[in-house]
Amino acid sequence: MIYYLCFLVFLIGVYGALCKKNIVKIILGLMLMEYAVNLFIVLVGYRKGGIAPIMNKSMSLSEFVSKSVDPLPQAFVLTSIVIGLGILSLMVAVAIRLYERYGTFDITEMKKLRG
Amino acid sequence: MIGPQIFIALPLGMAFFIPMVSRKLKWFPDVSGNITTFLLLLFTLLVAGENTTYYMGNWPPPFGIVLVLDGFSWFLLLVINLIAFMSTLFSVSYMEKLYTSKLRYYSLFLLMVAGMNGVVLTGDLFNLFVFLEISVISAYALVGFGCQARELEASFKYIVMGTISSLFILFGIGILYGNFGTVNMAQLAQFIRGDGFNNLIAFSFILLVVGFLIKAAIVPFHAWLPDAHPSAPSPMSAMLSGVVVKACGVYTIVRITFNVFGFNPMISNIFLYTGVLSMMVGVILALIQFDFKRLLAYHTISQIGYIFVGFGLGTPLGIIGGLFHLLNHSIFKSLLFLGAGSVEYETGTRDLNKMGNLIKKMPVTSFSTLIGSLSISGIPPFNGFWSKLIIIIAAVKAGRPVIALWAVIGSILTLSSFSKVQKYAFFGKGEEFDKEKWSDYKEVPFLMRISMVSLSILCVATAFFVYNWTEGPLNSVIKILTDGVLPYINKILGS
Repeated sequence: MIYYLCFLVFLIGVYGALCKKNIVKIILGLMLMEYAVNLFIVLVGYRKGGIAPIMNKSMSLSEFVSKSVDPLPQAFVLTSIVIGLGILSLMVAVAIRLYERYGTFDITEMKKLRG
Repeated sequence: MIGPQIFIALPLGMAFFIPMVSRKLKWFPDVSGNITTFLLLLFTLLVAGENTTYYMGNWPPPFGIVLVLDGFSWFLLLVINLIAFMSTLFSVSYMEKLYTSKLRYYSLFLLMVAGMNGVVLTGDLFNLFVFLEISVISAYALVGFGCQARELEASFKYIVMGTISSLFILFGIGILYGNFGTVNMAQLAQFIRGDGFNNLIAFSFILLVVGFLIKAAIVPFHAWLPDAHPSAPSPMSAMLSGVVVKACGVYTIVRITFNVFGFNPMISNIFLYTGVLSMMVGVILALIQFDFKRLLAYHTISQIGYIFVGFGLGTPLGIIGGLFHLLNHSIFKSLLFLGAGSVEYETGTRDLNKMGNLIKKMPVTSFSTLIGSLSISGIPPFNGFWSKLIIIIAAVKAGRPVIALWAVIGSILTLSSFSKVQKYAFFGKGEEFDKEKWSDYKEVPFLMRISMVSLSILCVATAFFVYNWTEGPLNSVIKILTDGVLPYINKILGS
C-alpha cells in the first residue's frame, strides 16, 4: 500500500516537472520525484519493528537476520541523495543565470530555440 | 597488465588534478587533457581481445561491485576513447578562440569520459546509475558552457529531461532490488531466468527502458537533443552526438535487454518500431533546418534509429549491422560536428544562409566534411554505406522488407539533406552570402585539421571491416549478444 503512495508522489512530481511553467516549480517537481524514489528505496529495506543492522555478541545469526533492516538500500539512498544534491545545485545555478538573461522564470517566454 | 579499473581511475583523477594545478600553469590543461585521452586510447588498444573481470575492493561478485571487460564493453571503450582523443585534439585551438575557461572545460570533459567508461565497464546496475549520473551531469554543465541565453535554455531543457529519465531508471532499479535483493547484473539475470517475466519485472523493465530511451533520444523522447547538442562547444557536440548518446542510451539498453532480461519478440518490436519512427522523423525534421549544427543533431536522431533497427532485428547479421553502424556513426558524426565547428571558428556563424564558397578558402575542412557527408548518406565506398547495407540486408533476411524499405528512404532523404549543406556552405553560396567577409577567411589551425583529417581517413579505413566480418573484431561482440543471458551469468558468477 505504502509503495503505491510513493508512486503517487512520484507521479505528482512528474506532473509538476512537465506541466508547470515556472522554472522554480519545475525544479520542485523534479525534487519531489527524487524524494519519492529515495523514499521507495529506503522502504524496500524497511522492516516493521526492525533493529539497526549492527550485530552484537548476545545475538545469534538467525535472530539477527530475522530482525534487522536491510542496510544496502540505505547506502543506495545516501548515494542517490548526493547525486540529487549535485543536480539540484546545477539546476538552481542555471535557473539564476536564465533569470539574469531573460528577466523572468516563465519558460513560455524563453523561446530562442525553435524548430 | 592493464585492468579495467584504469579506464575510470585515470580520467577521474586527472579531472580533479587539472583544476588544482592549472591556476598557475596556463599550458597545463591542454597538454594534460590531450595526454590523458591519448593514454586512454592507447590502453584501449592494448587490452584488445582481453576478457577480464575486476572486483572492486576485492569483494567477490554477488556482494561487491564488479567491472567486466568483455568484447562489447571493449568495443564501446574504443569508440569513447577514440572520439575523446580527437575532440581534445580539436579543442586546443577551438576553445582558445571562442571560450574562456579551459581548465573547467577539460576537467568536465575528463569527468564525462570517466563516467562513460564506467558505464560500459560496470557489471552492477546501481553502479551503472552512478556512472551514468557522473557523465550526464558533466554533460549538462558542458552544454551550458557558453552561458549565453540559448545555451542556458538548452542546458535547462536537457537537465529536466535527463533528470526525469535518471529517476525512471532509479525507480526501476529500486523495484528490481526490492524483488530480488540484488543489483548485480549477472545475478539479476539468473533470478529473472528462474522467475520468468512476471508483471513486476515487466514494470521495472518498462521503467528502465523508458529511462534509457530518453537518454538515447529515440523519437517520442527526442525533444531535448536538437537543442542540447548544437548548444555545446563543437568538440563537445562531437562527443555528445558521437558517444554520450550511445554509451548512456544504446549500450545500456542493449546490455540490459540482451544480457539481463533476455531478448524476446516483444522487445524486438519496441526496438524496431521506435527505431523506424526516429529514423524517419529525425531525417524529415533535418531537411528544413538552416542551422548547421542543429541539422546535424537531427541526423543523430535518425542514425540512432538505424542502430536500434539493427539491434532490434535480433539476428546475428542485424546485430553486426547495428554495432558497425554505431562505430561508423560515431566517426562520421563527430567529423561533421568538428567540421561545423571549424566553419564556426572561421566565419563566426552556424547559419547556412550566411556561408558560401568555403571550398576555395578552407579546402581541408571542406573535403573532410564532404567525406563525412558522403559517409552519413551511405555512398560507397565509405563506411556508412556498408553498415546501412548490412542493416537493410538483415531486415530483408529477417522477413521484414517494409523496414528495409523505410531504411532506404531514410538514406535517400539524408543524402538530399546533406547535398543542401554542401551546396550552401562549401560549393555554392547562401542567400545572405557576404563577399567581403569571405575574402578574410583562411584555413583553420593545424591541430584542428589533424583531427578532422584522421577522422576522414578512419571513415574510409573502417569500411574494410566489412570484408572479414565473420572473423573480424566485431565477431566476439556478436557472440556475447547472441548467446544471451546464460554465458554472461557464468562469466561473472562462475558456473
